[in-house]
Amino acid sequence: MNVKDYIALRAAKLLKPGWVINVGVGIPTLVPKFVDLDSVYLHTENGLLGVGKPPKNGEVDPNLVNAAKEPITEVKGASYFDSASSFSMIRGGHIDAVVLGALQIDEKGKIANWIIPNQPVLGVGGAMDLAYGAKLVIIATTHTSKEGYPKIVKNTTFPITSLRPADWIVTELASFKVEHERLFLVEIAPGVDLETIKHKTEADFEVKI
Amino acid sequence: MPIKEIVSADEAIAKTIFDGATIMVGGFGLVGSPLTLIKALNRSKAGNFTIISNNLGEPGRGLGETLRLNKVKRAIGSFFTSNPEVVEAYNNNMLDVELIPQGTFAEAIRSGGNGIGGFYTPVGVGTLLSKNKELKNIRGKDFVFQEALRADIALIKAYKADKLGNLVYYKTARNFNPIMATAADIVIAEVDEIREIGDLNPEEIITPHLYVDYLVLSEEKL
Repeated sequence: MNVKDYIALRAAKLLKPGWVINVGVGIPTLVPKFVDLDSVYLHTENGLLGVGKPPKNGEVDPNLVNAAKEPITEVKGASYFDSASSFSMIRGGHIDAVVLGALQIDEKGKIANWIIPNQPVLGVGGAMDLAYGAKLVIIATTHTSKEGYPKIVKNTTFPITSLRPADWIVTELASFKVEHERLFLVEIAPGVDLETIKHKTEADFEVKI
Repeated sequence: MPIKEIVSADEAIAKTIFDGATIMVGGFGLVGSPLTLIKALNRSKAGNFTIISNNLGEPGRGLGETLRLNKVKRAIGSFFTSNPEVVEAYNNNMLDVELIPQGTFAEAIRSGGNGIGGFYTPVGVGTLLSKNKELKNIRGKDFVFQEALRADIALIKAYKADKLGNLVYYKTARNFNPIMATAADIVIAEVDEIREIGDLNPEEIITPHLYVDYLVLSEEKL
C-alpha cells in the first residue's frame, strides 16, 4: 500500500457507522475507498448526500461529480440539494466528521489548508466552512512536506483556515488527538519510533499512548 | 395563465444584458453552468461585467471564454484557482476579484433573494478573508458580517421546465442555480426540455415559475 492510501486508511478507522461525513481534496479523497458507503453517508458540498463508489468505465454521468469535480455515483437513499442548503448542513453542525488535508497544523491544532503557496489568494472553496462546521475535524496528511519540512509546527507560516482547531491529525507516522488546544500523541505507526516522530515534528506534544 | 416567453439565447441576452451589468451565473465548475447562454453572452457587444459565480469556467470554456474576451471587470465567488487564466488576469491587473468562503457566498445569494440585507456568520472569523469586515460578538461568540448579493440578471441552468417556467434540476447540476433564480431582477433559465403545463409533478418543482422571466433551450452539452 502506498503512503497516501495508508494515511487515508488510518483516518477512515476514526469514522463510525451511521455517520455523515465529508472529505476534502488531496489524501482525504482516498478515504471513501476504505469505508463502507452503505453504513457511512458521504456528503459532498456541491449538493449530494449519499455519494457512492466511482462509476465504472462507460457509466460516467458528466452532471454527477463531487467537490473535486471527479465523476461519482449516488447510493440508494441519496438526496440532492442546492449549495446554500448544503452549507447549512455544514455550518449548522449537521455533518458528523470531515477529513481534510493540511499544509500546516500549529501546536494548538489550528490548520492552514486553503492557500496555494506562491499564488495570489484566489481560491477558498468550502475549506473554511468545513473546518469550522463539522462536529469532528480529522486532518489526514503526510507528516512532512514534499521538501521534507515538518507540517506540524509551533506557528503556521501559511494563513489559517479557521480559529477552530482540528480534533485529530493522522499521518503515516502517528496519530495525534487535539484536546484543549494541546497535541497528544496517541498512536505510533508500526515500525516507527518516537525519536523519528520528535525529529519530524516541530510542535510540542505530549505522549499519551 | 402567463406562459413564459421561449426565446433563443441571443434574443434573451440582447433583451436583458447591458454594458456594466452585474450577472449571476450558475454552476459548479462547468457542471450546471448555462453554457448556451454564456456563448450568447460572449457573442454580444456588451462587456465590463461584474460576474457573481463560484468559478470562472475553464480556460476558454464557459465563463473562461468570457474572461478571454475581456468582458469581465470584476468576479465575486469562492474558487477561481481552477482556471489558471483567472490568476493570470488578476496578476496583470485586468480583473478585480472578491473571494468569499463558498458557504458564505451561497448564503449571501440566498439572502439577496430573500430580501435580507446581510447576515453574521462564524465562518472566516480570524482569517485573511474577514480582514476589514465588521465583527460582532453574539452570546460570547464572534461572527463576521456578510452583505447579501444581488444581480441585474441571473443566467441559470435547469433540467426541465414547463411553459409557466417551473423548474426541476438534475443531480449535482443543481448547485447554485435555484438560489440565483431568486436573487436577480431578471432570470433567464436554460433548460434541456420544455414541457406542457401540468407535466411536472408539483411536489418535485424546485424553482416555482414566479422567479423565471425567460426560457431558453439548451444547445450545448457538457
